[in-house]
Amino acid sequence: MNRRYHAVFSLVFTVLAASLATSCSRSASVTVIVAKPTAFGAAIVESSGGKQFAQTGSLLAQPVIVQVNDERGTAVAGALVEFAAVPGVTFDPPTALTDSSGQVTTSVSLGGMAGRYQIVAFTTDKSHKKVELKIEEIALGYQQALGRHLNDQYCERCHNPESTVERVSNYDNLEVKPHPFTEGDTLNKISDADLTAIITHGGPALNKSALMPAWGNTLSKSDIQALISYIRAISDPPSRSVGPVYAKN
Amino acid sequence: MKEKLTSLWQRLFGDSVRAFGVVSLIFLGSLAIAPAKNFFSEWRHYQHGYLRMIRNRSDANTLQRHFQGGIQQIWLPELGVVDRCTSCHVGLKEPSLADVPNQPYRTHPVIPHKLEQFGCTVCHRGQGAATTISEAHNSTLAWEQPILPAKYIESSCGQCHRGPLPGTPQLNLGRNLLSREGCVHCHTVKLSDGTTIKATDDPPSLSHIADKTSREWIFAWVKDPQAYASTSTMPNFKLSDDDARDMSAFLIANSTPLAGDNRGLTRVAPPDPAAGASLYGESFCASCHAVQNAAGNMVGGDVGPELTRIGSKVKLGWLLAWLSNPRTYDAATAMPYYRFTDSQLATLSGFLMAKADADYLANVKLDPATPEQIAHGKRLVSDYGCASCHEIAGIKKPENFAPNLSLIGSKPVTQLVFLPGMQHTLPDYIATKIKQPRAFGLGLKMPQYTFTPAQIDALTTALLSLNDRSSTLPTSLAVAATPESDYRPAGKAGKLMTDLACFSCHRINGHGGDMAPDLTWEGSSVQREWLVEFFKNPGTLRPSLIRRMPRFNLTDAEVNELTDYMMTVYQNPAVDRDSMPLSGYSQGEVELGRQLFYGKYSCQGCHIVDTKTDKGYIGPTLTQVGSRLTAAWMYQWMKNPQALRPGTIEPNRAMSDEDARALTAFLISQKGGGKSPLPAKGAGNGAPAEEVAKK
Repeated sequence: MNRRYHAVFSLVFTVLAASLATSCSRSASVTVIVAKPTAFGAAIVESSGGKQFAQTGSLLAQPVIVQVNDERGTAVAGALVEFAAVPGVTFDPPTALTDSSGQVTTSVSLGGMAGRYQIVAFTTDKSHKKVELKIEEIALGYQQALGRHLNDQYCERCHNPESTVERVSNYDNLEVKPHPFTEGDTLNKISDADLTAIITHGGPALNKSALMPAWGNTLSKSDIQALISYIRAISDPPSRSVGPVYAKN
Repeated sequence: MKEKLTSLWQRLFGDSVRAFGVVSLIFLGSLAIAPAKNFFSEWRHYQHGYLRMIRNRSDANTLQRHFQGGIQQIWLPELGVVDRCTSCHVGLKEPSLADVPNQPYRTHPVIPHKLEQFGCTVCHRGQGAATTISEAHNSTLAWEQPILPAKYIESSCGQCHRGPLPGTPQLNLGRNLLSREGCVHCHTVKLSDGTTIKATDDPPSLSHIADKTSREWIFAWVKDPQAYASTSTMPNFKLSDDDARDMSAFLIANSTPLAGDNRGLTRVAPPDPAAGASLYGESFCASCHAVQNAAGNMVGGDVGPELTRIGSKVKLGWLLAWLSNPRTYDAATAMPYYRFTDSQLATLSGFLMAKADADYLANVKLDPATPEQIAHGKRLVSDYGCASCHEIAGIKKPENFAPNLSLIGSKPVTQLVFLPGMQHTLPDYIATKIKQPRAFGLGLKMPQYTFTPAQIDALTTALLSLNDRSSTLPTSLAVAATPESDYRPAGKAGKLMTDLACFSCHRINGHGGDMAPDLTWEGSSVQREWLVEFFKNPGTLRPSLIRRMPRFNLTDAEVNELTDYMMTVYQNPAVDRDSMPLSGYSQGEVELGRQLFYGKYSCQGCHIVDTKTDKGYIGPTLTQVGSRLTAAWMYQWMKNPQALRPGTIEPNRAMSDEDARALTAFLISQKGGGKSPLPAKGAGNGAPAEEVAKK
């Protein structure tokens, strides 16, 4: 008698709880089918896509491509590669087998916090040991994104040595070479105040080349702050004021 | 069991004193529930966590002094904001907490607005008055606005800012796509100021399509537009072979011939691929049209359609008529009326007709159309709303063909149908709907677009900004966009400028494209002789530019008409062309100008005056600037370039009057070698410039 009551009661309770739980979770679960690897590599290397800048939460312009190699450095097809990072960073696809050239391509969306994100790509070798590769990407907050816009408009044509189809770099034409903004070794040693002075009053303000003109009448103070925050965000090695802190979500 | 219960009852409520005591205890206990809930609340937990965290920091005392315990609230009645987010997000206003890796203690990133003036939920959504994470961040039955994912945050800027902002590239792109990809042909988007978003693309009229192309091409095109041209913006309607057959039958049967739409040539020269390629290059067709090269890369602009397989599409007679004057077929086309000669027409059309793909229509075999097929085709054309984008004789443009999107950013989640496995949120719904519109049910008409993931994010951002808040925002808070002006030049010159499609590339008085320089003040800036010469033989002024002004076969009378109009009408009131002479400056002034140019202002970083020594690649080449610009314009330009052309890259150097005058004297002395405005290609042009300077 007693037992039966107990059994019925617990059954009812379980059903209620289960139905409550399912009704509460409004999104259905997605089952991820992980492919079975057909081969194993010994090392994983970056092909392209590292150290990109994108606005917080948005897609990186270029996909991240990694390659799995064996002991002799030849590409391995059919090896399983998984990508991982802090919550908020998404990969499409998060896992895949390497293609015939030993590569895996994934599109990466960064998290909502500005800063550096570390992405780990890993594969397993023959003895089921994890082999991993760390890649860094940079998420730009509002101010840094504004700085990037100003950089594209005013600075990049001299400060970026790379040319594109739409923009021919003026870097090689200059007698005194400007510093690319990723050049952390040099720029990290210049204080915010000094950077502000150079941008506002031109190179001669700090006994540097007059080829760097004064922008103080063209850019506002907040524009210049935005530029400096962009320069600090993308510098390589990282600038001290931001520090080697990895953003989390 | 029964005895146990009875004895328990006896023990607790056996007599009245016992019963009173027990009931009092239960009463006291229940009274304590409320304070206990308050004491163990989430916000208190986070505030304690914050205090523990700051204790070990070097600026602990300052942070401690700024800290205010208890529930915090930002109340902004005019925005409908009651935000208690700062109860947990304690460090938002502490600049030193930028190194904390995550919320709730990290500093808010620097933005142009103050927290106290805008609150949190205006941008981030969520339930502001809630004091627990789940209620504040997630959607509940009573509150459907969960926190907006970071990748769509720019949509919130768009609630008040109606125009593009430098800090919101994704929103700007999304709004641009809404107009450019033709979304607003079918979907009405009404803004709170009463205006509707206008489409900026120009889908061709189909009323005379039989003049232009074959039924087979239409069949293949409507089946899969991207198979013909990968850059095509026409979406794929996923038509069956039968439907495509009937649609093409109707469009051909419905087409009427247009006078002047077909042209033969009296004397046809044999097509010469080399001459064709060179004419295609000289006419700068690639500034607007793309062609896929052997390596698979698109080369060229995206103003006009891709031409990779143009020979498989158009009829020769139509192409000749189009190239000779495109405005006969389409009065509003962005294509200039080039005034090609007959032999040029033969060369260019031969070159374009050779851009054919033999395989493209090889498998398309259509029997002659039956009246039933044509009638069915007409029904299909109406059903799919083809006339929303294209002008089709006999079919009216449907009104409200697709759902109105004016408030899509506030659409209740309960009114949405989700696909299995997808997140039940509005942003995910919008993004997925754009990505795979037909997946949401049978019989849906929205076609499949070929947007990239970044474009989908941008479109979703733009659509999320169309919400209750943006539509009910007081006009005092809205930041209006600069509307595109409807400026059109008048008279004969105006007709000429329309024919030449100047506005496809140039902007004048707030109207036109941005591929080429703004000409609003052209009359103040250039010398008449130079402009005449430039129309006859346009060169580039900037060494690094790929796109250039094409040469139109203008008559002398037409050149004079255009030049006179521009010199008289496009005058800047602040620049008096006659206030400074074009010559007669003292040797001393010129020499001082030279020193300023190469020394104090180091203009050679961006400009070239002496091709032997200067290498600057950013600004225009100045070897002949003395024969091109007026002295008054140069002087005013150097005093403040942005005042004459907002957004120009040349920095404002705040020059003294003396410096500006000396530099003007130096530059006006740079007359170049000859009269030709062609850019200096070799090192020859520097020397004459110096000679002139020494005179």
